Amino acid sequence: MSNTKPTHHVATSPHLADAKFTTRRMMTDVLIALLPLVIFSIYIYRQYAVQQILTCVSACALTELLFSMARGKAFSLRDGSAVVTGVILALTFPWSTPLHVAIIASAIAVACGKMVFGGVGMNLFNPAMVGRAFVMLAFASALGSVGYIGDDGKTVPNPDVAMPWLVDMGVLPKDVAQKSTEETASVTAVSGATTMSSATPMGANKKRETAARKGETAGFVTKIMPLVIGTHLGSLGEVSAIGCLLGGLFLLIRRTAAWQIPLGMIVGAGLIAAILQAMDPSSPWTIGHELCGGALLFGAFFIATDPVTSPLTSKGRFLFGLGIGLLTMVIRKLSGYPEGVMFAVLLMNAIVPLINRWTIPAPFGAEKKA
Amino acid sequence: MSVSTAPGSGTFPCGVHPPEGKSFAKDCPIEVLPTPKQVRIATQQNVGAPCEGLLKPRQEVTAGEQIGSAEAFISAPLHSPLTGAAAMAQAVTLANGRHMQAMVINASEEPQPLEGQALLDDVYGGDWPLGALEQYAPEQIVDAVKTAGIVGQGGAAFPTYVKLLRNDEKPIDTVVLNGCECEPYLTADYRLMVEFPQPILAGAILAARATGASKIYVGIEDNKPLAIETLQAAAAGTGVEIAVLKTKYPQGSEKQTMYAITGREAGPGKLPSEVGCCVINVATAAAIARAVVRNKPLTHRVVTVTGGGIKEPKNLLVPVGVSCQVLINYCGGLTDDAERVISGGPMMGFTMGNIDSPVTKGTSGLTVLRTSDLAHTTETNCVRCGRCVDVCPMGLVPTRIALASRNQLWDLAKQYHILACVECGCCSYTCPAALPLVQLIRMGKVSMPRD
Repeated sequence: MSNTKPTHHVATSPHLADAKFTTRRMMTDVLIALLPLVIFSIYIYRQYAVQQILTCVSACALTELLFSMARGKAFSLRDGSAVVTGVILALTFPWSTPLHVAIIASAIAVACGKMVFGGVGMNLFNPAMVGRAFVMLAFASALGSVGYIGDDGKTVPNPDVAMPWLVDMGVLPKDVAQKSTEETASVTAVSGATTMSSATPMGANKKRETAARKGETAGFVTKIMPLVIGTHLGSLGEVSAIGCLLGGLFLLIRRTAAWQIPLGMIVGAGLIAAILQAMDPSSPWTIGHELCGGALLFGAFFIATDPVTSPLTSKGRFLFGLGIGLLTMVIRKLSGYPEGVMFAVLLMNAIVPLINRWTIPAPFGAEKKA
Repeated sequence: MSVSTAPGSGTFPCGVHPPEGKSFAKDCPIEVLPTPKQVRIATQQNVGAPCEGLLKPRQEVTAGEQIGSAEAFISAPLHSPLTGAAAMAQAVTLANGRHMQAMVINASEEPQPLEGQALLDDVYGGDWPLGALEQYAPEQIVDAVKTAGIVGQGGAAFPTYVKLLRNDEKPIDTVVLNGCECEPYLTADYRLMVEFPQPILAGAILAARATGASKIYVGIEDNKPLAIETLQAAAAGTGVEIAVLKTKYPQGSEKQTMYAITGREAGPGKLPSEVGCCVINVATAAAIARAVVRNKPLTHRVVTVTGGGIKEPKNLLVPVGVSCQVLINYCGGLTDDAERVISGGPMMGFTMGNIDSPVTKGTSGLTVLRTSDLAHTTETNCVRCGRCVDVCPMGLVPTRIALASRNQLWDLAKQYHILACVECGCCSYTCPAALPLVQLIRMGKVSMPRD
């Protein structure tokens, strides 16, 4: 009586799956969220931004292809993670980063940051930050403050390149070309004559703080508005606080990024900044500067939220963010580096497995252990 | 809709929203399946101990006669749904893959004592003395439920009389009727609530009398407004309250329903009775009423035959033991693109390799999915996005447990509370990397060494 078709497929439940939500969609979400920053960086740095982004993306994709071939696995570019790594990496560079540095960073990011662990999902450390850290140490001169502005006070490290539009936009002061040294510009900045700088706001403030400890005057304090909007010197993508918030909000709404991580980071960094401000209320460098300046927001929304290298539970995610925020401030204030997001992320990445173990949630209805 | 006074929030943490798929059979009234030529009664249809078959070949049986005896505490006797003659016992494979003996009964040539509309009226129809249930003593109710062989009809098939026993150390104060039917596609409980609210309410009141509970709630998801209205109207003056719950999978999971209505939590390994609740499926309640008021055993149940892969979806009143093949044929057969025939719903049901399996007391539906209904994604690495953690109604970390199971890291699996998993499948449903999370966890649960 049975007309059982042998083709009936047997599988265990559930037989339905949420087809809309895939790894690929998560990566696409990140790319969409990065769009405001990409557009803004192209608006400010024009062809230099385009060139950086294209270089990093193609170098990342190529590395992924080579590794896939070497491992005899299907080319894994379809999930989009190499493109995301490339764009994020590019956005953390100064516009002037030499092409070979960008290519090496991309190759290290994908190869040593991701593929050697077994590809997407298997890596311990954020790939973009691995690449960035490598070139930061290997090519310190290209990525230090000189990468943003020439040591001679000219607008660019390479005198052949001129970006006159930066002066029109107010990113660079009008008189920067005439200034013989960075310090002279800084003094006027502190006195309020101009808010424009010829160094990154973080670098200038670092200089100011270091000098102040010796009783000297150097560096300057950037006003808060340029930090919020992004009209100041900095890495391609991290200058605009508004752009970071815009893209970050999109990621949170799509639930592609966990909200606990940026919250933890902002709370962690804000806490130390608030303490410092309470200790020295007259300081022109405020909690707002700490939060909007540098890579803090970019890191909070786009780097630390990398799901692969962050914890699984909400409690764990908050702790992870908090740790990054605290470490960032420690590095900013106590080390020689003006910015610490990258190292803070890498350090916290290393203890993610531990955080996961610490934050195993109690099952629904289980008596909570005291 | 009146606001319920139930202390719970009407929902539970986490969960998912799979496509509902109820429209296939939602508006199909319960039909009686024409008497089949043969039924095969599997000797174990419940959680707990199997039955001992009492039938000898060629023995005459009448409908309702006991044909399997249950000696163990957690067990339920079996009854013949047909009048006819016994044939040689057979080995059958149930939808869940278990092989066991089944008693075979061939229907008599003469018409059955109850067929068609008369059968439906006898099982669920007619008047139910909602106001005169005090005449039944608690012990009498428990006894009737036990001898009627009633087991939970929501799917788990736990012997119901055990839930109704009084326990002075842990008294039960609340009876919760589960009318959520959160499993997509299935509409058997829905049709029962819409068409026959009276036996459901009678069963609820009887369960409360047996257990000594003072509060009775019927939990229904808010995507079933007609069922809510019907039951509210029928429950007026009975003291039974309808709790409207949020439509979310797995709202109908016992612990989730109880939490949504009463706010009480029963932790891993704990039964609702330990926090003073007795949770019963609505169809089971109707069976309790029939056993107590009409003195009839559980021999028939409503089964939804539904999904895009079935030609004419229906809700059928069928005898226990009838072949699923007969049900499918009665519903016009399968479409050409039917790919999976599932006993139960698509989230927790079992695919059947052989659709000739007999219906059991726990079979709530047959769902036939087409190729286009199924997710065709390839598994990739876990990207640790934590989506499975966000949706797990039991508050677990499914990815960790699943990968620990795959790698046989039993200590790690236990650290992450593998045994607390209820296998609802939310994690696999939501996983962007298409990992078979619940499948791996299920495998781990059965293959890990017991302490």
